[in-house]
Amino acid sequence: LTMLRLCRFSFRKTRAWAFSPTRLLSSSGEPSGHEQSLYPGSKSRFSADIAQCRPLTSDGDGGVSLYRVMDRLGQLLNPEQDLNLSEETLLKMHKTMMLLNTADKILYDAQRQGRISFYMTSFGEEATHIGSASALNSNDLVYAQYREAGVLLWRGYTLDEMMNQCYGNHLDPAKGRQMPVHYGSKELNYHTISSPLATQMPQAPGAAYALKRAQAGACVICYFGDGAASEGDAHAAMNFAATLDCPVIFFCRNNGYAISTPTEDQYRGDGIVARGPGYGIDSVRVDGNDVLAVYDVVRAAREICVKMNKPVLIEAMTYRVGHHSTSDDSSAYRSIDEVSYWDREDHPISRFAHYLKQRGFWDEKKRSEE
Amino acid sequence: GSTTQKNLVQSVTDALDTILSTDSSAVVFGEDIKFGGVFRCTVGLAEKYGNERVFNTPLSEQGIVGFGIGLAAAGATAIAEMQFADYVFPAFDQLVNEAAKYRYRSGSMFDCGQLTVRMPCGAVGHGALYHSQSPEAYFAHTPGLKVVVPRSPIQTKGLLLASIRDPNPVLFMEPKILYRQAVEDVPVGDYEIPLSRAEVLKEGADLTLLAWGNQVHVLREVGQMAEKELGLSCELIDLRTIYPWDRETICESVSKTGRLLVSHEAPFTGGFAAEIAAFVQSECFLNLEAPVERVCGWDTPFPHIHEPFYVPNKYRCFDAIKKLASY
Repeated sequence: LTMLRLCRFSFRKTRAWAFSPTRLLSSSGEPSGHEQSLYPGSKSRFSADIAQCRPLTSDGDGGVSLYRVMDRLGQLLNPEQDLNLSEETLLKMHKTMMLLNTADKILYDAQRQGRISFYMTSFGEEATHIGSASALNSNDLVYAQYREAGVLLWRGYTLDEMMNQCYGNHLDPAKGRQMPVHYGSKELNYHTISSPLATQMPQAPGAAYALKRAQAGACVICYFGDGAASEGDAHAAMNFAATLDCPVIFFCRNNGYAISTPTEDQYRGDGIVARGPGYGIDSVRVDGNDVLAVYDVVRAAREICVKMNKPVLIEAMTYRVGHHSTSDDSSAYRSIDEVSYWDREDHPISRFAHYLKQRGFWDEKKRSEE
Repeated sequence: GSTTQKNLVQSVTDALDTILSTDSSAVVFGEDIKFGGVFRCTVGLAEKYGNERVFNTPLSEQGIVGFGIGLAAAGATAIAEMQFADYVFPAFDQLVNEAAKYRYRSGSMFDCGQLTVRMPCGAVGHGALYHSQSPEAYFAHTPGLKVVVPRSPIQTKGLLLASIRDPNPVLFMEPKILYRQAVEDVPVGDYEIPLSRAEVLKEGADLTLLAWGNQVHVLREVGQMAEKELGLSCELIDLRTIYPWDRETICESVSKTGRLLVSHEAPFTGGFAAEIAAFVQSECFLNLEAPVERVCGWDTPFPHIHEPFYVPNKYRCFDAIKKLASY
């Protein structure tokens, strides 16, 4: 009532809003009472069977499957599958993953030695960065969280630039204002990282809307983790992207942990992919340690975004081999055996190396040359 | 130039219309924007410029501001609306941690300067806790944001145009009680009123009266009372931009008169008058004839039936003037 007094709203008869109930009613022959609802919020059919009135929950069926192209040993599940990737591109993918892995080792140690104040590694998640980055165009905008440095490296960010930002020296274009790993690059269309989680998520559809209006033929990719997906900003972002028809790819790196918080304490549903349909968003779950599968889904997602101006949700399952950051010792909350398994038995880089070797693109000689 | 009679709502619509017609990247969005807005500020705009440029968003302030930041960072002029200033708080993180810091943290590689967030604020007679707030102080504490509060239709159009075009994210707080009450002959053309410049509405020698928004009109009346009943000549100033504020004009005035009364509806403790008082006593100490007086809302949530006792009405302000004059 307060609202009505404030705006002195009066019903206007000047517009004729179309309302034709007969269109929605079922034809004769339907059991009475089972017609289509006229409620503005849902036009589904009525039903006296309560089982019909419940959305599917994820108990019992194991959840949405993970899309993969190759198995743990790098063998194609479907030998006929051809992703049309040249040898050059495949090798660039592999080298960039290795570059990221190596740079991470060095910079992690640099923090331990007191040379930089802080660092975050991407061990085990290299395929999520490189698989996705390689499927995008250079003018697609990137809104990242903090564990996506491989996307920058793919686009051409140099090791010097990484270090300038981490050291906060006079060559850092951000003028030493932020903690390490808060990279940004105007040239590479990678928006500067900020520490608060998920804040980039509603910004991404906003940027995508601007691209759509400008008819840029580009999309936005928005990275976030399984923990950040719990933030209110994540919910707002997906709802806005869907209702406002934004060409944005939401890419969730579900690596099993938000610092020490395992996914069982983060959510009770079937991960993040199951939330997509709730917003009306096309969604897919992918094996995030399979760089070819990640490439494939992002490429397909990009096409949907740019051609249809709709968002896509990708949940890439992976594992955070490293600690959350240099301020974390993950042995305090998980077993070393678990970490060791992922590092040794199912690592994206070694998996891809197997694949490349089987294709004849990679061998020990090439490895020592690099 | 030529003018037409407009109230404050219509001045807002006029400014938005001007921007939409001259800036093809501009979009206006928020809850209930499409049909014209709960206060009718966006009436006719969706019909004129299309649903792609003037549109409804889902009900989420954090989403609205976040979306607006993204739009602005990608080069579009983004004009967002919060339905009431009282509901801006879900967007506090996006405003304070993101919008305000976007340029600074990137070393100017990126910015969201094309973002403007409008919101109705202030007492309206019956708004109570959640339809009456004046949250300017929270945001005035955030370097990187600008905060602007107009007092009238002419000021609204000029300040809003300046705010939208200012290359920084600006919060534009419109005193809702003035939406229909205030009517002026507003210039028809495109004009801007500069930000961060206070306006001396009436010159005076004995006291400086400082306020923004609707409280300017209260102090105008109080100044007239003081002249008539106490023979005091009061200088009346509208601050207009709360942050960054026009220190020079205020200090110049206080150095002249030696006595300052600042008044706002927002609660006393930590209200923006406190910042002004602290700065003025530091800069103009030897010119002051009396301590700075602040007449504000009480340190409680904004009540319903007790509103007449809550707001800094003319009697409380007049009492403060007597105190200043007789110190």
